[in-house]
Amino acid sequence: MKKRGNPFLYIGGAISAVMSGLIIMGYFWTPYDPTAFVEKKFLPPSAAHLLGTDNFGRDIFSRVIDGAGTSFFIAVCVVAIGCVAGILIGSFCGYFGGLPDLILTRVCDSITAFPSFLLALVIVSITGSGTYNIILALGILFIPSFARIVRGEFARCRDLNYIKSARLMGAGPLRIMFSHILPNTFQVLFSAVTIGFNNAVLSEASMSFLGIGIQPPDASLGSMLSDSQTYLRNAPWYAMGTGLVIILLILGFSLLSEGLQRLERRG
Amino acid sequence: MKYAAKKILTLIITLFIVSLLAFLAFQVIPGDPTTKILGTEATAEAKEALRAQLGLDRPVLVRYWDWMTDFLRGDMGESYSYRMPVAEMLADKLPTTFLLTAMSFVITVVLSIPLGILAGSGKSKLMDLLITSLDQVVMSIPPFFIGILACYIFGNILAVFVPGNFVPYTESWAGCLAYLILPAFSIAIPRIAMTVKMLRSSILAQREQDYVRTARSRGNSRWVRLVRHILKNALIPVITFLAVSAAEIMTGSIIVEQVFTIPGISRLLMASIANRDFPVVQAIVVILAAWIVIVNFVADLLYQLVDPRIRLR
Repeated sequence: MKKRGNPFLYIGGAISAVMSGLIIMGYFWTPYDPTAFVEKKFLPPSAAHLLGTDNFGRDIFSRVIDGAGTSFFIAVCVVAIGCVAGILIGSFCGYFGGLPDLILTRVCDSITAFPSFLLALVIVSITGSGTYNIILALGILFIPSFARIVRGEFARCRDLNYIKSARLMGAGPLRIMFSHILPNTFQVLFSAVTIGFNNAVLSEASMSFLGIGIQPPDASLGSMLSDSQTYLRNAPWYAMGTGLVIILLILGFSLLSEGLQRLERRG
Repeated sequence: MKYAAKKILTLIITLFIVSLLAFLAFQVIPGDPTTKILGTEATAEAKEALRAQLGLDRPVLVRYWDWMTDFLRGDMGESYSYRMPVAEMLADKLPTTFLLTAMSFVITVVLSIPLGILAGSGKSKLMDLLITSLDQVVMSIPPFFIGILACYIFGNILAVFVPGNFVPYTESWAGCLAYLILPAFSIAIPRIAMTVKMLRSSILAQREQDYVRTARSRGNSRWVRLVRHILKNALIPVITFLAVSAAEIMTGSIIVEQVFTIPGISRLLMASIANRDFPVVQAIVVILAAWIVIVNFVADLLYQLVDPRIRLR
């Protein structure tokens, strides 16, 4: 098979690597303190302040890295909750089938029919805003989509010959489920993870933009965009820089997932 | 006819379940609404009296039934923070949000289907690369950022409109629709990219099928094959996707309304969430959820128009 001709994988990988690098760097070091007033207000982008300064004279680049870090952390937690719980529910439903499977599949279907954002609003209106409540709200909402995928794969693999042989050799159901079938779902699962990651970033940004997500003074890409709108006329770089980071964060992973899907189709 | 009857029955059951869940979700909330209204210093008797007045002392299912029948009659309860009927608060805001959603949905359908057909009509490597990259980039832009860009370009640079201004539909329909064009496009653009991608891959998959080769051997031209044969099959998954999109567009309008400061339900909803004004949140959630269920119902009916095989099942 020719390795050439999958630019999506390479470009997506490169963007994601750079963004992840910046974010990991941001956990330890940012050019300036993201919450400190370091300079005059509304300085345009320059060598000293790559994306300029905001309405309090804070360095936008440092804040953007910090905010992207928060989004990244939330997205990773959300996907982890959704993925682990989804694997557990999906594997048992898919492998054993029966009435519990039927009920859980129905429930998952009806949850995925609703926009996750609306459900997240309901949960946040009950639990209140804040980082951990958002993780909880989005995490729960991401379970059905993963459970669905895992269930499908388990139901497909359940009666294949190699599983039958494993059963004949005396392997128990847990061993078959988690050491024989599960590794076969990784490829499908990985593209679900990248899509889930993007949805999580977008949902968190939307919620913070509406003011019910991360609360100030913590930097968050969504709330920064919402602030920047007030100063659009005088300091357009504030909105543009922040928006660009959100786009790159999402674009990297969506190109990566497109590339992976193409790899799958060909291989 | 049997098909439609079955679907209508499912619709009613789903609406019932959704409204019950929406009702129950707001019953398990920690914290007492009477404390919210009377403050923490209220006496136990005053709280008890208010609980009886609000009907909070009766069983949950009885309250659900009362709430439901009232809701259907247009009485959606009273807001905790404003002490006025929720229905009155929503009356002038909901139509604006629905108008924005409808407009955005129409733009999505009207633009994405021809663009998708166009994108699916050729299959060169260069075109694949171009269309897919463009799609991926556009899909990655959040609607609220497109909104901000539109405000900056059309509001601040070109000065076509004044950001923050709005003409309600009660004053002038034309003015209102004109002010909704940019917000509607902001929501629609990423959706168009997604639908084009979907329709294109659906068309490309159908083109490999045997019936297309047969149609070709009978001497049908490229466009006849595409429009009369392939499209009928390729549209089936796209209809499902558009039904999901209709729901997503509605949540998109809640976000984009804030960008353009459109007086829809968005600000009321956010304020009510922040103030824990549950009757308002509950009413909005139920209306939006019912709307999503109805859109899915319409999609199901459209399905059997496009694909008669479904009726046989």
